[in-house]
Amino acid sequence: MAVTTYSGAEQYNFDIVKKFAVMSLVWAVIGMFVGVYIASELAWPLLNFDSPYFSFGRFRPVHTTSVIFGFGGSALFATSYYVVQRTCQTRLISDGMASFTFWGWMAVIVLADISYVLGYTQSREYAEMEWPIDILIELVWVTYLILFVGTIMRRKQPHIYVANWFYLSFILATALLHTFNNLAMPIDLFSMKSYSLFSGTQDAMTQWWYGHNAVGFFLTAAFLGMMYYFVPKQAGRPIYSYRLSIVHFWALSFMYMWVGGHHLHWTALPDWTSSLAAAFSILLLMPSWGGMINGIMTLSGAWDKMRTDPVMRFMIVALSFYGMSTFEGPMMSLKEVNALSHYTDWTVGHVHSGALGWVAMISFGSLYHMMPKLWGTTIYSRKLVEWHFWLATVGIVLYIVAMWISGITQGLMWRAFDEFGNLQYSFAESVAAMMPFYAMRAIGGMFFLTGAVLMTFNMFMTIRQGKRESAALDAKLAAKMAHA
Amino acid sequence: MEWLMWFSKPENTKPLALIIFFVTFIGIVIYVYGSKKRSKRLESYRDIPFLDDQEGTKDKQ
Repeated sequence: MAVTTYSGAEQYNFDIVKKFAVMSLVWAVIGMFVGVYIASELAWPLLNFDSPYFSFGRFRPVHTTSVIFGFGGSALFATSYYVVQRTCQTRLISDGMASFTFWGWMAVIVLADISYVLGYTQSREYAEMEWPIDILIELVWVTYLILFVGTIMRRKQPHIYVANWFYLSFILATALLHTFNNLAMPIDLFSMKSYSLFSGTQDAMTQWWYGHNAVGFFLTAAFLGMMYYFVPKQAGRPIYSYRLSIVHFWALSFMYMWVGGHHLHWTALPDWTSSLAAAFSILLLMPSWGGMINGIMTLSGAWDKMRTDPVMRFMIVALSFYGMSTFEGPMMSLKEVNALSHYTDWTVGHVHSGALGWVAMISFGSLYHMMPKLWGTTIYSRKLVEWHFWLATVGIVLYIVAMWISGITQGLMWRAFDEFGNLQYSFAESVAAMMPFYAMRAIGGMFFLTGAVLMTFNMFMTIRQGKRESAALDAKLAAKMAHA
Repeated sequence: MEWLMWFSKPENTKPLALIIFFVTFIGIVIYVYGSKKRSKRLESYRDIPFLDDQEGTKDKQ
């Protein structure tokens, strides 16, 4: 292995990392606020104001796009640029390309959010952007791929650290998924509206091939890349088993591609396709848990950090939620369980135990580790990190418990028959039964959002503190030079 | 080109896919865990995140 003992910050392009890190927090607050708002709309419908611009249907993609691509995407850009530079011990190949990915990606999120509120959507879950925005995404993503691969190619470290494998698989898979899922024909060159190239069952299969792999590669593989770098760094000890990480990578990357069909159980999709998807979903439990164990066991011999280090706690709790949701997912992919769970709030709860518990918590932990280092200082308030941790944890628990109860109740009410073989409950009755749980979910979301706001304030103060310290140091140096 | 038709039958391609993927997986596992020398080399890559540290915070285990 090549060893570089010291690398000055100027050796790397940290400016782009800082921009994405700050914007990930901005999008977290915006996206989670919209999430809490739409959750509240379900509990207290008067918040719709009888206006299409405030309706759940238009705000929901604003929430998902802002949190997944705004918050999650920016956190991934930030950490991938940070990790690839530090583990390859080289600077990004082009500052201009890096800057283009930043402004391009921000434009994508802003344009997408505005277009949804105005009523433009492809109606493809997590890919609602219409064709002009899809083309911009393609351009940004290809630039990102060239930048990442180019940086790896000029590395000073002969071996490519495993975190970069996960980031690269995420970039490649997302390029593939985005391209094929968005093949569409615009109705006019100057119209936002387009129609998919696929139709019927093929269209549904293409969408869920994309949809589940967005979960698998965007929301899992990429954040595992984050985990493989930041958990060892925060723990101050190397990953538990590098060999396990290799098996984890190949097994996970291979298996995820097959599981999309489990979103279409009991539909017009051929039965063998959904059975195959269910089988691969069950198999996926093994690499998922292998990775979780690898991350958690990194703390072996230093478990006291769980008590003393709130940042470490974010990461380990994230891995625990990762383990829990990757158990729940395969279970829900079984046709018999899916017959009860599908189309209910159980699915919403499952998604959020992964999205809040795993994705957001590992991002928070990684940003808490990385941002003070970027500005050459320490965290402004550890007390606020503690508060954030507990608000987030309590928020997630409230959210997923509410959705478990609500989802299973819904599923049971929809399949209940009376003594004459008629449906026992009307749909409206099942909606009425959900009301207390919708309120509970909205309150859980409020807890989580409050934690994110505290973090944003804490990081804002950390940046200010870093700038002040840097200015004081510069002034001291200047004074010394003047006396010399 | 008649031989290509063999691949169009699921009863042929399913066991073929199973063999290819299973052998590949076993190959990866043997590569990763099969040799002590290679294992040592692979495990040495664990330290890469700590190589460009300014403060050298890694715990000694």
